[in-house]
Amino acid sequence: MRPFRYERANDVSGAVALLAGTPNGAFLGGGTNLVDLMRLDVARPELLVDVRRLTSDRIEELPDGRVRVGAAVPNSDLAADPLIRARYPAVSEALLSGASGQLRNLATTGGNLLQRTRCVYFQNVSTPCNKRDPGAGCSAIDGHHWDLAILGASEACVATHPSDLAVALVALDAVVLTEGADGERRIPITELHRLPDREPHRDTILQHGELITAVELPPLPWATRSRYRKVRDRASYAFALVSAVVVLDTADGVVRDVRIGLGGVAHRPWRALVAEQALRGGPATEERFRQAAEAELAAARPLPGNAFKVRLARNTLVRTLLDVNEGRR
Amino acid sequence: MTITPRAMGVAVDRFDGAAKVRGEARYAYEQPVDRPLYLYPLTAAVATGRIADIDCGAASAEPGVVAVLTYRNATRTAAIEDGELRILQSDEVAFRGQFIGGVVAETSEIARHAVSLVRVDYEERPHDVELREGRGDLRVPREVQPIFPMDTAEGDVDAALASAPVRVDQTYTTAWNNHNPIEPHTTIATWTGDRFTFYLSTQGVNGIQAAVAALFELGPDRVRVISPYVGGAFGSKARPHADVVLAALAARLVPDRPVKFALTRQQMFSQVGYRPPTVQRVRLGADAGGRLVALAHESIEPTSKLQEFAEHSTRATPTMYAAPNRRTRQRLAALDVPTPTIMRAPGEASGMFALESAMDEMAIACGLDPIEFRIRNDAQRHPHFGLPFSSRNLVACLREGARRFGWDGRDPTPGIRRTAGWLVGTGVAAATYPVLRLPGSMATIRVGPDERYTVLIAAADIGTGTWTALSQVAADALGVRVEQIDLRIGDTAYPKASNEGGSSGITSWGSAICEAADRLRDELARHGGAVPADGLEVTAAMPENPHISRYAMHAFGAQFAEVRVHAEIGEVRVRRQLGVFAVGRVVNPKTARSQLLGGMTMGLSMALHEQSVFDPRFAQVVTQDLATYHIASNADVGAVEVHWIDEDDPYVNPMGTKGVGEIGIVGAAAAIANAVHHATGVRVRDLPITLDKLLPAA
Ligand SMILES: Cc1cc2nc3c(=O)[nH]c(=O)nc-3n(C[C@H](O)[C@H](O)[C@H](O)COP(=O)(O)OP(=O)(O)OC[C@H]3O[C@@H](n4cnc5c(N)ncnc54)[C@H](O)[C@@H]3O)c2cc1C
Ligand code: SF4
Repeated sequence: MRPFRYERANDVSGAVALLAGTPNGAFLGGGTNLVDLMRLDVARPELLVDVRRLTSDRIEELPDGRVRVGAAVPNSDLAADPLIRARYPAVSEALLSGASGQLRNLATTGGNLLQRTRCVYFQNVSTPCNKRDPGAGCSAIDGHHWDLAILGASEACVATHPSDLAVALVALDAVVLTEGADGERRIPITELHRLPDREPHRDTILQHGELITAVELPPLPWATRSRYRKVRDRASYAFALVSAVVVLDTADGVVRDVRIGLGGVAHRPWRALVAEQALRGGPATEERFRQAAEAELAAARPLPGNAFKVRLARNTLVRTLLDVNEGRR
Repeated sequence: MTITPRAMGVAVDRFDGAAKVRGEARYAYEQPVDRPLYLYPLTAAVATGRIADIDCGAASAEPGVVAVLTYRNATRTAAIEDGELRILQSDEVAFRGQFIGGVVAETSEIARHAVSLVRVDYEERPHDVELREGRGDLRVPREVQPIFPMDTAEGDVDAALASAPVRVDQTYTTAWNNHNPIEPHTTIATWTGDRFTFYLSTQGVNGIQAAVAALFELGPDRVRVISPYVGGAFGSKARPHADVVLAALAARLVPDRPVKFALTRQQMFSQVGYRPPTVQRVRLGADAGGRLVALAHESIEPTSKLQEFAEHSTRATPTMYAAPNRRTRQRLAALDVPTPTIMRAPGEASGMFALESAMDEMAIACGLDPIEFRIRNDAQRHPHFGLPFSSRNLVACLREGARRFGWDGRDPTPGIRRTAGWLVGTGVAAATYPVLRLPGSMATIRVGPDERYTVLIAAADIGTGTWTALSQVAADALGVRVEQIDLRIGDTAYPKASNEGGSSGITSWGSAICEAADRLRDELARHGGAVPADGLEVTAAMPENPHISRYAMHAFGAQFAEVRVHAEIGEVRVRRQLGVFAVGRVVNPKTARSQLLGGMTMGLSMALHEQSVFDPRFAQVVTQDLATYHIASNADVGAVEVHWIDEDDPYVNPMGTKGVGEIGIVGAAAAIANAVHHATGVRVRDLPITLDKLLPAA
């Protein structure tokens, strides 16, 4: 672990300014990801700006029905919040399926979205990695494929985004509020995370020193009919091999509207627009669900060691659609 | 020769339980020492080659750095046989991750940071790390325990196989598994004047003492090793590894200052051994009546070029079933990899996965119930040695297990039971483990006029409850109450003890204590039955057991599992595990149950999860943390039932015990794999059973 400075700014603009002036600095949330990466020598910030007291740790309902979640809200609080559980149960399920109770107590909403990939080569400084060290090469493409992407990858990087929460949020069209050197922004979460293309070292479109202050969930009355289904290597305490979130609105056996997110399949939490399109207005049947899943995954380009994930993602999505449709939890 | 059980058989709470739960038990790394320094290792970044240059300038200049250790300034150690321990003696690199130096500093953070400032240039050589069946250089391992030959043969296996009406010929593989005790390997080493003092976490203080004494060419009396508590071990702490040597070399550079060294979780994956992967071919031939006529079991595994180790996965096979024509073969490939080592039931855990999966396949091929098939082929005498068993209750375990599990009426048809989208199946497998006794243990017993008995033996309690159970043995050996016993272990200041390993602790140390108790009784008799005012003290060594040449001594068991497999997604959930064991006398039902239950849980973990992914390009395990090397979580473990049958074995040792530490893992993976087959119709022959192997193809 390298020596670093630790600071606590007094206000958001101060924090942003502090970091803007330190190219090699980072915001610190719960530290459950960043501090691990520092120990592993993957992250080498010379300055940490603790932002937990800067942003809100409250969940509030706005007059127009939006729900605003402060960036400092711990994952455990967000999962347990009655409003979230009632209106957006998939958010709660996604959070509770992740990490452990202790980690969720520490982890923040902002930090969760910006956690870095669990690609084993990224986390091991003795193996080349374009994300860690641009231009060094990707060790994963010819290596251990188990956790890697099947959608949207590039020759430079085939890593996946590990957050469960983010998958639920992309399906719900959440908006991320930020403040940076250039002022405030409202970023649809579907645009926050990037595909790797030729710049895998950039996980998101955020600028250096741009602080996440809150996440907003738009009103979506039918989001009560939703489910987060996570498939992993063991029953608990593991990242998603594949996960699916489904929000479904049906009437008389016909899909009125649907939102689908997939996790563990790409460099970003995957919004399954093709499948949604295929389902809207059609009958809510297993056959249609399967066709929609296959349409979404037609673009999949798996590696030899994770070809099974295409079938796994399809079956998981179909099963989740069926479960939500049939009202099974 | 047997002792009367009074304290034995009672579920005494472990003496150290409360202190451990409260955090008051001080483990090796937590021992208070004066002005400690901290060591962080420098590890090789290539798999093979030599160090062309090391630049320690920046590291040495870092404030707080006290010494930088490399092969250039390390003490020359003796050329002992164990190459794993001969670190920092030259510029050669034998495997990736091998210790090639270290930094000693005032804080662990400084040490770790300074290591990142050391620049090493290598002349890299191509490495050879891939285990393949067709390699021309496979060799027969050296025999470690001559009573279990590496290769065995009887009759004409090939002819019997060729003419057998029913045949099974399959290859099974097990994965590279790493030990992950909660407490990593930790050491505090101090070099003062002309002697070493170590606090460390080990399964045997005398083994460490002997290795360090040999390496540094010191008399054993100049190496004191204290191991107060051990936070789990599973075999990785049985033999000394390079971490102890690195700490000792560092201590030599900074006399009088204690050097503290704890491995990181990542380092645990390359420094302390592992269960090597195996490729095992099993061939079985049976007659029309479901009797085995031929049995061949062959295994190949990797070892390192530094030090040979064989996971003797065919070891249990000649003990299990009566087949007139038998062959076992064990082969090794020496590779540029870290040295494997013993891990809970080394040999049996991996070998019985293969054999007991094949037995299930054969039972199905013969149209027989797998329990009935095993009973038909149960051996009456030891098939290889021809000796009677001191006691053999495999059949009793299978029957009792079947009754408790609800096996009767099981429909053998695979893939037909379904509940809410999950396929349901049940499986069974046999378990066995030899009764081992390791030579070299001694015990001292002291008694004062207050009738308190101090028992000294350098034994180890690695979290198993042995300290408590051994006190119960001592109480019965002396015919006194447990409260009168003050048993002390884990220190080379006490009489020498064999390593904790091979489930041999109670047998070896208990036998020494019984012998000392006998002597003490003789002494007391000589003093007219009363303890003299200045007390009495006797020391005795573990005696020979005359029955060893007359009987084959083994524990047996039966493992049952009920699994559910998600029909569309392939996830496996083990709803129930049930084990029935015949392990001789159970000294402490509470701690013994925990051992068996822990073994079964570890077997579940081996079946479904544990797999170190070795990347041949980097010659390194890349899943080197607990987020990528999965161990069964609480949610993976269903209802686990542990039972044993009453077994009175007067031959094994004075206590009548057979050891409980390892047999719980044996057969557990096969029972689960067999249940998965029953549930789905898919036979998974490669561990771990991950969901990709069960995901429907279409
Ligand atoms: C063993 C283990 C298992 C886990 N399992 C799961 C799992 O199953 N599913 C899952 O989803 N997650 C899992 N996690 C990850 C966990 O959810 C994340 O570590 C956590 O959510 C990160 O939040 P944090 O506040 O601790 O972030 P930090 O570690 O503090 O920060 C993470 C990143 O976000 C940046 N950052 C933090 N706050 C802000 C802000 N307000 N604005 C801008 N940048 C910010 C930091 O600079 C850093 O780059 C696991 C973690 C561990 C250690
Ligand atoms: S997949 Fe991405 S993160 Fe992993 S090694 Fe390649 S570049 Fe690095």
